[in-house]
Amino acid sequence: MENIYDLTIIWAGIIGFGIMMYVLMDGFDLGQGILFPFAPNEQARDTMMNSVAPIWDGNETWLVLGGAGLLAAFPLVYAVFLPALYIGVFLLLAGLIFRGIAFEFRFKAKTSKYLWSYSFSVGSIVASFAQGAVVGAYIQGFETEGFAYSGGALDWLTPFTVLTGFGLVVGYALLGSTWLILKTEGEVQEFAYNITPKLLLGLMAIFTLVCIYTPFIDEFVYTRWFESISLIWVLPVLVLYCAYLVFKHVKQRNEGLPFVASMGIFLFSYLGLLASKWPYIVPPKFTIYDAASAYNSQLFLLLGFLFVIPIVLTYTSWTYWVFRGKVKEGGYH
Amino acid sequence: MELDPLILSRIQFAFVVCFHAIFPVFTIGLASTIAGFETLAYKTGNPIWQKLSKFWIQVFAVVFGIGVVSGIVMSFQFGTNWSNFSYATANFLGPVLSYEVVTAFFLEAGFLGVLLFGRDKVSQGVHLFAAIMVATGTFISSFWILAANSLMQTPDGLMNIDGIYHVVSWTDSLFTPSFGYRFAHMALASFLTASLVVAGVSAWFVLQNRELEANKKALSIALWFLLILAPLQAVVGDFHGLNTLKYQPMKVAAMEGNWETQPGVPLLLFAIPDQEAETNHFEIKIPKLASYVLTHDPDGVVPGLKDVPAAERPPVFIVFWSFRVMVGLGLLMIVFAVWGLLLRRSGKIYTSKIFLNGLRLMSISPFLAVLAGWVVTESGRAPWLIYGQMTHAQGLTPSLTGGMALFSLIGYVLVYAMVFSAGIYYLLQVFKGGIEHTDIPHELTTVERPSRPLSAAHIAIDEDL
Repeated sequence: MENIYDLTIIWAGIIGFGIMMYVLMDGFDLGQGILFPFAPNEQARDTMMNSVAPIWDGNETWLVLGGAGLLAAFPLVYAVFLPALYIGVFLLLAGLIFRGIAFEFRFKAKTSKYLWSYSFSVGSIVASFAQGAVVGAYIQGFETEGFAYSGGALDWLTPFTVLTGFGLVVGYALLGSTWLILKTEGEVQEFAYNITPKLLLGLMAIFTLVCIYTPFIDEFVYTRWFESISLIWVLPVLVLYCAYLVFKHVKQRNEGLPFVASMGIFLFSYLGLLASKWPYIVPPKFTIYDAASAYNSQLFLLLGFLFVIPIVLTYTSWTYWVFRGKVKEGGYH
Repeated sequence: MELDPLILSRIQFAFVVCFHAIFPVFTIGLASTIAGFETLAYKTGNPIWQKLSKFWIQVFAVVFGIGVVSGIVMSFQFGTNWSNFSYATANFLGPVLSYEVVTAFFLEAGFLGVLLFGRDKVSQGVHLFAAIMVATGTFISSFWILAANSLMQTPDGLMNIDGIYHVVSWTDSLFTPSFGYRFAHMALASFLTASLVVAGVSAWFVLQNRELEANKKALSIALWFLLILAPLQAVVGDFHGLNTLKYQPMKVAAMEGNWETQPGVPLLLFAIPDQEAETNHFEIKIPKLASYVLTHDPDGVVPGLKDVPAAERPPVFIVFWSFRVMVGLGLLMIVFAVWGLLLRRSGKIYTSKIFLNGLRLMSISPFLAVLAGWVVTESGRAPWLIYGQMTHAQGLTPSLTGGMALFSLIGYVLVYAMVFSAGIYYLLQVFKGGIEHTDIPHELTTVERPSRPLSAAHIAIDEDL
């Protein structure tokens, strides 16, 4: 078959979009679990969980869709990342299962409620950390032989990935707290207003460390950033500007803008990461074209995705519309 | 002791897939059962059908919820433990598994919500339509999964170029020679599972004198279905076996415990196959019956395990005995179906304590039979991951060590043990609540908003009812 269109680029776009959607959307509900231990009281925890209960599983749709899409469109990524991150993947799945089950049973439990709270919180933290470590591992690159991972079980676990792991935990907590500012009022909102600047400070510290660290563990990134001073420098500047906006609007007690601005921090950091690594998808050796599946397989699935993504988007927006407004004590009214 | 990542990965995959399989096999059949109840409710207007439907929808919601969670783990197993296999087959397996996800989401986004929570919000006709769509969707999902499995059993429509499979024909690769039989066999297994669970639970309610009118009706219908499905499954199973004989003769040889290629092979009722000594111990047999069943000729020639080198033979003991467990349970289902018919004629169907208690126990039988059947077909394929083309060892993740595999195996066992004991405990609470519970007017409290399948069940997990 003649390869009329460059489907690999289209798929890179779809997967890239899927990951971004996942990070932004599951990020703020994972954040609730991360903030759980710091919540003022049990009632606040109920409200926090309520604020994301109707939407969290729709948010995780993007993870499954992205994972399945990767196997189909970029099998090399699937076949290198998963073995390389074997232990991390287990922790991620275990974390997601525990918090998912907690969503179901915490509301149905009376005497065992505290156990489900632990399950929710620990599960969220572990899953977020594991995702952050994946980002770090991607920046570090993978040892490969032929088309298979050839490194050890814990190669991914380095000071750098621990840093990115914590970075994402703090980042998700920030998305979570600004979400609470938007969606709650009273005591919970006050709690969120207070904790947001601290999280922001922590995140920016880690962000700076990662930025300084990255060019030194990856020559490719170093070249891209320092050989010729290019447009790419706009992205970190935008990240800092968004951080400033979060700080400013929290100070002014604005309700919606801190959340939007923290999403901006994620968006521009993500774009910065992609711009640093492009077109490498399994660094340091393989580009998106090396990792791509056959043209007719990409085409076969593309038809299904073009059909289902608009449906998922519609369904998602509809759910958010239904549950718009503030979550009061005890739930949406 | 050296830990073998291959054996540990196989155990891990078997564990997670067995745990997962019992949920979809139930939901697929139950979705159709619910669609059936809804149709009856729509046609007759008799509130009893709606009551039954409401109860079984709660059960469906819980089982579906657990099934989805365990399914997510499955989709990562391919990459973590079998990366060479995933990479080689991704051109086929990637789109097929993705389409399963796409189907499931489409289903969940569109119709599951209406079925679970929309009864009072949409017209009865729309609600019925949603029930039928959910039932259809479960079959489309299983289509993709069984197509993927069938390709591993009887590969077709692919071309291997430098170790990577390319799809030459989507039709051939999706509809491989074993696909139709496998799909029919699994579809019937799902219906049988639903029939036997509905029969068992209804029998239990009848024994307790609870909601007799509705539960008797459910019991009666379930037994009629059993009477049709159980014998039909035996026939379809036989055809599936003949197909396997044609394409995977060593699997059938292991199922029959037949070592030598010879005519007039006996059917073994009992034996202890000995892989090392290449023979069976303590055989109890019916002469020539296996030849007759497999070739429809008492003197027909049946292939034996010694046709292939020892390293290419499946684990005979496991395949041989799993097959007998599956067939034995299938026969027991037929016995119960016929027993039910006889009791119905003598008018004792709702009063015979021994029969009703027997049905209660039989509600576990389809799950055991399904697992045994999958063990037959999966272990029977060994040592091949893709029959005749790629072995388990070749498909394994090269970087995987025994220690890593052991870690994740123990991890998954622990996670599943905790999570699913909670799930199954909760399911039992729903059963205890019974169909009466669905009649208690239930205000959706703010924390039980219709968003997740489990929210359709309104029972506390840790309180006595």
